[in-house]
Amino acid sequence: MAPSFDHLPDPEDEDYDEDEELDFSDLRERFEVQLEQGLDAFVVIDGLPSVTEETKPKLIKFLKRKLDPVGKVKEDSIFMPLGPDGTSEKFAFVEFSSAAEALAACKQLDMVPLDKRHTLRVNKMTDIERFGREGRIDENYTAPAIPAFEEKEHLRSWLADPSGRGRDQFVMYKDDRVQIFWNNEKDAPEPIVDRQHWTETFVQWSPQGTYLTSMHAQGVQLWGGPSWTRQKRFAHPFVNLVDFSPGEKYLTTWSHRPIVIPEEGHPMLSVDDDGKNYVIWDIETGKPLRSFANLDLPSNTTDEAGQPVKRKIVWPAFKWSADDKYVARLTQGASISVYELPRMGLLDKTSIKIEGVMDFDWAPATPHREGIKTYEQLFCYWTPEIGSNPAKVGLMSVPSKEVVRTLNLFSVTDAKLHWQSNADYLCVKVDRHSKSKKSLATSLEIFRVREKGVPVEVVDSIKDTVINFAWEPKGDRFVIITTAEVVAPTAVPPKTSVSFYCPEKVKGAGVGNFKHIRTYDKKNSNAIYWSPKGRFVIVATVHSQQSFDMEFFDMDFEGEKPESDKDLTANLQLMNTADHYGVTDIDWDPTGRFVATSASIWKHAMENGYHLYDFKGEQLREEPVEKFKQWLWRPRPPPLLTKEEQKQIRKNLREYSKVFDQEDADRGASADLAVVEHRRRLLDEWLAWRAQIEEEVATEREARGLPLDPIEGLVKKTDEEEDQVIEEIVEEIVEETEEIIG
Amino acid sequence: MRPILLQGHERALTQIKYNRDGDIIFSTAKDQHICAWFAHNGERLGTYHGHQGALWTVDVDPTSTLIASGAADNTVRLWEIRSGKCLKVWEFNTAVKRVEFNEDGSQLLAVTEKRMGFLGTIEVMDINLDPEAEQSDEKVLTITCEESKATVAGWSYLSKYIIAGHEDGTVSQYDAKTGEQLDNTQIHEPDMPITDLQWSADRTYFITASKDKTAKLINAQDLEVMKTYVADTPLNSASITPKKDFVILGGGQDAMGVTQTDARQGKFEARFYHKVFAEEIGRVRGHFGPLNSVAVDPTGKSYASGGEDGYVRVHQFDKGYFDFTYEVERQAKAQGQM
Repeated sequence: MAPSFDHLPDPEDEDYDEDEELDFSDLRERFEVQLEQGLDAFVVIDGLPSVTEETKPKLIKFLKRKLDPVGKVKEDSIFMPLGPDGTSEKFAFVEFSSAAEALAACKQLDMVPLDKRHTLRVNKMTDIERFGREGRIDENYTAPAIPAFEEKEHLRSWLADPSGRGRDQFVMYKDDRVQIFWNNEKDAPEPIVDRQHWTETFVQWSPQGTYLTSMHAQGVQLWGGPSWTRQKRFAHPFVNLVDFSPGEKYLTTWSHRPIVIPEEGHPMLSVDDDGKNYVIWDIETGKPLRSFANLDLPSNTTDEAGQPVKRKIVWPAFKWSADDKYVARLTQGASISVYELPRMGLLDKTSIKIEGVMDFDWAPATPHREGIKTYEQLFCYWTPEIGSNPAKVGLMSVPSKEVVRTLNLFSVTDAKLHWQSNADYLCVKVDRHSKSKKSLATSLEIFRVREKGVPVEVVDSIKDTVINFAWEPKGDRFVIITTAEVVAPTAVPPKTSVSFYCPEKVKGAGVGNFKHIRTYDKKNSNAIYWSPKGRFVIVATVHSQQSFDMEFFDMDFEGEKPESDKDLTANLQLMNTADHYGVTDIDWDPTGRFVATSASIWKHAMENGYHLYDFKGEQLREEPVEKFKQWLWRPRPPPLLTKEEQKQIRKNLREYSKVFDQEDADRGASADLAVVEHRRRLLDEWLAWRAQIEEEVATEREARGLPLDPIEGLVKKTDEEEDQVIEEIVEEIVEETEEIIG
Repeated sequence: MRPILLQGHERALTQIKYNRDGDIIFSTAKDQHICAWFAHNGERLGTYHGHQGALWTVDVDPTSTLIASGAADNTVRLWEIRSGKCLKVWEFNTAVKRVEFNEDGSQLLAVTEKRMGFLGTIEVMDINLDPEAEQSDEKVLTITCEESKATVAGWSYLSKYIIAGHEDGTVSQYDAKTGEQLDNTQIHEPDMPITDLQWSADRTYFITASKDKTAKLINAQDLEVMKTYVADTPLNSASITPKKDFVILGGGQDAMGVTQTDARQGKFEARFYHKVFAEEIGRVRGHFGPLNSVAVDPTGKSYASGGEDGYVRVHQFDKGYFDFTYEVERQAKAQGQM
């Protein structure tokens, strides 16, 4: 029966036991509600100079001036008690006209210097009552315990592969286990660590590979070092996404649920973070720098029923400049807010107003414009046509906020910004509509950022719509995928064409105009994956039901070059094709030696697992993995060698490769030997067992008085007929000739 | 290996058996009749009509005189191979999932289904191999499976033990005379039914196939798992090849889910593994449904597979099959060990 008022224990009842009353004084203390005590409007100001009766009014007057901006105080509401010796006790009570003013005084005036020797300490009267109550504070000072210095693990130790072969690591997430392996090319990968329930949703490497990120309802955790211990924790409740700054200094976390700070507080976040969705953290200290709420923008698109369509979350919402100095967020249609790190204050205390701004992107590397010696970071943005004003693409320099280049464009439907990885080029893919707005065409506007005045080259020989574009990393060539018809996603993938472009050869230094190399028609391809070191590129069809082909191209084929391409800085060659049923993800290893292609259960449940290829498209391994979710190569930090040293190594590559080839051959031979040894042992064991069991059975048979072959006798007994001769006539045509008679 | 396609059944195949000489193949399917085929050319020798339900199992005695069959009509029937005459009908309470003759054809075991309040049992009947003789009605031995029903069962060497594979992935060893359970071991993953159990030529060891995607080679004496063959799909059948040290596994995605995916996804291939090294050697494609049964010619010349697609495919082994040897095997042979 549910307890109700009628069934509450009655103290007059004989069964009533007074001891049953629970002792909840501890709870009462913890959850005690701060009642209005009439003292809320009082504050205590500490840290005042000592004054005498004569100088007291002077100090009160002075103090009043300090307090006035916060809230009006009458002179007689400042009470400064004097000690028995006639001097003040260095503190004062102040009564404000409201509790809110008192609170504001605590926030604004605390720690404000009065003069060189005195600093104001302002506290609420009630707080002093509460925290300073007798017994709450230990009379004797105890020094805070400083934990002994503990040496941290080397976070980059993995770069020194214990086998000395410079292998790369990767993380694989399947079912509920996260495993990290060394890649062993053709052989089974060598496991390093295997943990169940390491993450709740997915894993992610930091951009230089130092940390592995795991996602939990309580927040984000970073793992690293040789023993894979937890390095940092960022307690953002119900975090959904995480984004690192390129230099691994900062971290952005986002949750679709606004943060709720519970009554008793939060170990890392403060009341100010309540209701926020984004938190930017300092990775080194593990402290939050600043938090932000989602930008609630009225959606400009509506669905069929006329309801505004919910905007998809743009990720990353906070974009980092290449050197971790700035982070910026777009307020679509209005402005870009650039924050300076590590203080996270707005640059020049205002957002940069750009009317109609649709998108922006930081240069992925510190740019080197000709003639510019001062420090700068660049970002580009674009605005659509507004009234009679043309659409614009702009390049803005930070911190000067100077627009260094703008480009006017007409009849623009959409634009996409693509930086080349060294920030040497910026390609703006512009989708233009015809006057009737019926057909679309794409042009590529390429900004040559390095050259004086940032000239813009236009590639507009493309008739179809460009659905994908990718720069060669650190290079100056690109690949595009075009399609004639842009249709809503259907089961049948649209027919696409793949085109390759490169600059033409010019005399002397400099880069020539971009020229079309070749186009491959009648494809289904929809994705471009450049090797992180450039030169090699994979064009593939992913997320498709029907086709899943991958083509491996070499842009600097060392064979013969066709005559038609002699003016081009590329020699394009299709090296290999492969197909991986149901491929969803393609990932190059950070050195550009291997490619992992995988089919993840997040997309479909068919043949989940991975394939491993080398850069030439030669398949090395294939492994079906049940409930396979994720494969990620561990990124590497930028090399420590100087350009010259790298050049030197490249020059002497032949010498080095001899050593490595020998090592590979030796290892292969010893591995083979081990396999053969293992097989020999298995076979010997088997043969020994067979000999033993055969003998045992034979003896047992004899002992039971059974014939050695149990069937032999039977067949004779029942089959007494003579052998039957079966004749079979086979006709064979030896020769056939045709003669015309007549 | 160009297969001979035997198109005589209208529904999914359930079991295939070669006779001892390897010249006749018997096949059962859910379409209520047994077919007999010449192994060398795929010509149909005849059919055996009489069962009133889906046929689950067939076995041929070592002298190729009689066959026994078990069906969903709760009967085991004994037939004369030559005439197609039904010699005997044994009635049971539930469907019969497996029958097997012992090594000298003197006894027959039948595995019955657990259904309608009846527990699964293994029943043993005496057999007179003379087709003219009267067969006895009596069931000489009944083993009741209290814990988990038997799905497959067979006779060991010397008819010493009856070995049964269970629905819960365990294998039991019974005394073939008394029916006493001597051993029960969890061989496959718990609650993954054992789908097939086939013997080596001398019945000293056997192979089990399971839905847990593995097949295991087990010693009949002490139920020790000697080898494990790992596949990537649930298995329905496994067979040991004579002459060569291989095993053949057959399976594929469950029949239930087949219509939802294409043939590629279903993995409807016969897989060859090396018996001793447990390494996959090759695969044979062809079926467009899961393989329900694989059987090997006892003389080692061919193998047959029967699929959910209703076809039996008979493959004659070619020269490459016989020539394939591992280096260590060649060395052992040269030293006279094999």
